[in-house]
Amino acid sequence: MSLRRNILDLRKRKDEVRKGGGDKAMEKQVAQGKMTARQRILEIVDEGSFHEYDMFVEHVGTDFNMGNKVLAGDGVIIGTGTIYESPVCVYAQDFTVEGGSLGLMHARKITKIMDHALKMRVPLIGINDSGGARIQEGVNSLAGYGEIFFRNTLSSGVIPQISVILGPCAGGAVYSPALTDFVFVVENISKMFITGPAVIKSVLGEDISMEALGGARVHAEITGNAHFFAMSEKECFDQIKTLISYIPWNNTQKAKTFPAKEPKSKYKIENIVPADARMPYDIREIIKSITDNSEFFEIMELFAANIVIGFGRMNGETIGFVANQPKVLAGVLDCDSSDKAARFIRYCNAFNIPIITLEDMPGYLPGVDQEHAGVICHGAKILYAYSEATVPKITVIIRKAYGGGYIAMNSRHLRADFVFAWPTAEIAVMGPEGAANIVFRKEIAEAEDPDAMRQQKIQEYKDKFANPYVAASKGYIDEVIEPKETRKILLHALRISASKDVQGPSKKHGLPPF
Amino acid sequence: MAEQEKLQVIIVHSAKYQTTYTKKYLNRKVWVEPNFNHIKSYIPGTVIDVLVKEGQKVGAGDSILILDAMKMYNDIKMPFKGKILRINVIKGQKIPKEFVMIEIEPAE
Repeated sequence: MSLRRNILDLRKRKDEVRKGGGDKAMEKQVAQGKMTARQRILEIVDEGSFHEYDMFVEHVGTDFNMGNKVLAGDGVIIGTGTIYESPVCVYAQDFTVEGGSLGLMHARKITKIMDHALKMRVPLIGINDSGGARIQEGVNSLAGYGEIFFRNTLSSGVIPQISVILGPCAGGAVYSPALTDFVFVVENISKMFITGPAVIKSVLGEDISMEALGGARVHAEITGNAHFFAMSEKECFDQIKTLISYIPWNNTQKAKTFPAKEPKSKYKIENIVPADARMPYDIREIIKSITDNSEFFEIMELFAANIVIGFGRMNGETIGFVANQPKVLAGVLDCDSSDKAARFIRYCNAFNIPIITLEDMPGYLPGVDQEHAGVICHGAKILYAYSEATVPKITVIIRKAYGGGYIAMNSRHLRADFVFAWPTAEIAVMGPEGAANIVFRKEIAEAEDPDAMRQQKIQEYKDKFANPYVAASKGYIDEVIEPKETRKILLHALRISASKDVQGPSKKHGLPPF
Repeated sequence: MAEQEKLQVIIVHSAKYQTTYTKKYLNRKVWVEPNFNHIKSYIPGTVIDVLVKEGQKVGAGDSILILDAMKMYNDIKMPFKGKILRINVIKGQKIPKEFVMIEIEPAE
């Protein structure tokens, strides 16, 4: 064979693999509003940057007539590319090939690119679109999942791991995304569950659609499994690219810096917060009034909206924001918001991202459902995460900082580096209403007009404790600042913390309450 | 402001805060005091056999029902000495979790 013929033969072989499950299966995929596996990768990475490996890997199934079947690339595409010139490792399951089912070689391809990502210390992006285990390969497919989960865990906190759910992801398969840092879902396309509707119906008689059981919205709003929700695959890919721009390649590096920009003038920090501590506002307006170019990339927007988490930049550097949201459930801490914040704090700490905490919350959400759902254990996660974090930690108390919530929201006592408070801050064991009812119980009960007495005592307590100066007098707060100085002071604090270095006692690992 | 009209109230330590609710908060499970005279299914499954009759007196620990769930036969026992008041299931019936299968009353 001449070189020319060799090359033509190679091209033919590659073209054959690129056909995936064939034209018919491809058409079906597209008709469902889905892109094909290869298109998806090409949409995510920089143009012309993708290189595919293991195209000619063949499946090893022999039972149940699988021996005669040819499965292009064994149903998964792996490779490397760049996003905004940052290197990434990618894999994408191809639903058109045997339903994207996971057999031994399919799993080996995935673990190969995972090993590569960990070795090269670059982010891993996994696109899931699979019917699940390839039943014909039996325990080999289970082994494959196990090898993937193990590598997810090994890589956790070393390289960013991103899961994109663009089709079904059912049974054991869901645990790989669950072990990764960020999960992306798309309306009407993503489906995640352990037990599908058919089994649920046969066992329980409960009739539920895939969408209602484990659709994108369910995981973005109710379970908190998904971090980013999009209406289309295109929007989802844009979110992935934005996320990549905010995070470092690995745990030994810092995120890329960008040119610093002032916040947009339409965000007037002094006009956002109502004077009455019982009235709501959108904390995201405050974040946008202090970040570069007023940009804020929110994470888990739909889940536990009573706390807001996400990335912004200050002086061009990525910052993780954790902020109570008075607009939703008065910004209380509860099981879900604690889980949400704690995981994000740990993410920031693992990847060298300083944390700014904006505090305005009345305490923990009261209720039997909360207590029985384990708010003690869940709430403890925030304490653990903040205490453990060694990245720069800065808090700004805007209004209410009451009780256990005050301690939890990166207080001085958990070794915050800087704690600032606005003059509107109220740092106390509880709000004036509750405190007056307890401290002056007797006076109120014995008064001729208990209501008038209660109001008087509430006012007394307010005058004395509903301010930042009691805490400031003990040094729990470093400085009481004017709202409009907030950005300037935060920039200064971040500059001072830039080479922060603290070491805790040596240990194998801690035991966070999960 | 249109948004103002939708505001709801959360009470924490006697203070009333104007805010909004989440869907999950609105759908939260309201706690009800457990009734120990209700034998409920703690797992969804299929009733394999009912071993007692209404009006029957049963001792503590006696088997009263077999519930097949997750490929296992679960032996449901009488929690205390008492009487079977009502049986709400029949052999072969598929039941969800928390279904009141049998109502009992303790012996005096």
